[in-house]
Amino acid sequence: MKPIVIIGAGQAGLALAAKLRALGCETPIKLIGAEPAPPYQRPPLSKKYMFGELDRERLYLRPETFYAENAIELITGTCVAAIEAAEKIVVLDDGTRIAASQIALCTGADPIRLPAAIGGDLAGVYTMRNLADADAMADEFRPGARVLIVGGGYIGLEAAAVAAAKGLQVTLVEMAPRILARVACAETATWFKALHQSHGVDIREGIGLSELTGKGGRVARARLSDGSDIEADFVVVGIGVRPGVALAEAAGLAIENGIRTDAFGAASAPGIWAAGDCASFPFQGCRIRLESVPNAIDQAEAVAAAMLGQGAPYVAKPWFWSDQFDVKLQIAGLNTGHDRVIVRQGDKLGTVSHWYFAGTRLLAVDAMNDPRAYMTAKRWIEAGQSPEPASLADPAIPLKSVPLAAPQTELAEAP
Amino acid sequence: MITVTFEGADGSRITTKARPGTTLMEAARAASVPGILAECGGACSCSTCHVYVAPDFFDLLEPAGEMELDLLDFAWEPDPASSRLSCQIVLNEALEGLVARVPERQG
Ligand SMILES: Cc1cc2nc3c(=O)[nH]c(=O)nc-3n(C[C@H](O)[C@H](O)[C@H](O)COP(=O)(O)OP(=O)(O)OC[C@H]3O[C@@H](n4cnc5c(N)ncnc54)[C@H](O)[C@@H]3O)c2cc1C
Ligand code: FES
Repeated sequence: MKPIVIIGAGQAGLALAAKLRALGCETPIKLIGAEPAPPYQRPPLSKKYMFGELDRERLYLRPETFYAENAIELITGTCVAAIEAAEKIVVLDDGTRIAASQIALCTGADPIRLPAAIGGDLAGVYTMRNLADADAMADEFRPGARVLIVGGGYIGLEAAAVAAAKGLQVTLVEMAPRILARVACAETATWFKALHQSHGVDIREGIGLSELTGKGGRVARARLSDGSDIEADFVVVGIGVRPGVALAEAAGLAIENGIRTDAFGAASAPGIWAAGDCASFPFQGCRIRLESVPNAIDQAEAVAAAMLGQGAPYVAKPWFWSDQFDVKLQIAGLNTGHDRVIVRQGDKLGTVSHWYFAGTRLLAVDAMNDPRAYMTAKRWIEAGQSPEPASLADPAIPLKSVPLAAPQTELAEAP
Repeated sequence: MITVTFEGADGSRITTKARPGTTLMEAARAASVPGILAECGGACSCSTCHVYVAPDFFDLLEPAGEMELDLLDFAWEPDPASSRLSCQIVLNEALEGLVARVPERQG
């Protein structure tokens, strides 16, 4: 029997393999990953693991015994070099050819690196994607060390928070006029900026990195776009990722902000599927791609069912979290297309939520230490209900008593 | 090693062993217990690791924090006398033999 081959042994790849078995699939499964480690969770890499609070094995999503017990052949440290889409052949980096019954691409995303021309290849310059990245920079986190963080997205801010909490001197530069510019409203950005500043992080917005220079091949200084010059013992680059489409593109599959899939996760050639950070899919009449654990799991499980002919269209329920200092941020929904933000103070000191609306329709919420606001919003968004904005803004009105507008039909199933 | 048992909503039982210092959620994940989704991997952010802890053990647990209590309020059929997020239960010798029931669904 030709195996199902899953390319990429990350969050999505594992979820897909596990779900195939849970659904009773008896086809051999090969789960092939480029990294040496078995499938593991990335979120702690910029949180507890970076802080040193979590052992390496606790990152692993399943113990080694799981794979044998479930007849999943896990092949780590092996890169897939090519796929031949028409024949469904998977070619490994050592030339081995595997004829597959079906193929799933769960290749994740690759961090954007600084160009070598501006010092991106100096020692002491790190990106933050893999366990190997986290391990490589672990020794740099010494109290008093000077770290430059390039990029004010969630990963950069999480790294800044860990570094500041460990007693490092942290400077964070963000080229856009403000941090979190691509992912959150100005209210949320301002809130997190104040949080970081209160912990001594030097946040410089609207300022890019012009060049890193080194001594003996190791980074030592950074010149910034405002002409200033700072010393840095090491640099963490968090300027975003690109979806892992190289294999799919070379195989002639359709690419559109990631590997283009339909609502079932099928790529543009029969028997080939994609899930996770690498895949774009239909959502409420648009096409989106998400970079989050919940999406990787849910989409991979939807693909597993579809591979077995039991599929249903994948309806994403986007949510995300981030931990910085003692703050837990929880995000429900997608804020794309919002035209206003309602601020609601929470019941407890230091808790607040920012609610994104398009007209009267609730799109998303950012909840800071306010799980009640997050959970309530998540339910409303999934049910297509929207709270009445003026009541929402009034902290004297309990969330439970905020009047709701009727469900909106336009929010029903994605095409 | 600490032995813990998970009871499914359908009456099925999975017994497994876990290292002290790890969480009940990690034990469930390692044993692929159905119905423990643990989407956030133990960050106390998702509430998809909700379980009902048997009474003899419930009282032995460190009390739940505010974040956990708030999330539990929104879990599927929470029971104040037994509901916990399994990722917030750190296993120790006193919990040897712990039994946890998995809810019919998460959220
Ligand atoms: C530091 C950090 C913090 C994060 N924090 C959060 C968070 O708080 N909450 C959240 O929801 N999400 C978070 N994320 C995002 C989340 O980790 C990803 O969305 C998730 O891992 C996506 O899963 P995936 O399986 O699509 O990709 P990955 O987990 O990246 O797995 C893809 C795997 O495929 C392998 N691969 C690629 N190409 C090949 C090939 N040709 N051959 C073989 N193997 C290949 C890669 O090596 C990789 O191991 C974070 C990510 C990072 C890096
Ligand atoms: S695993 Fe998410 S709250 Fe427990």
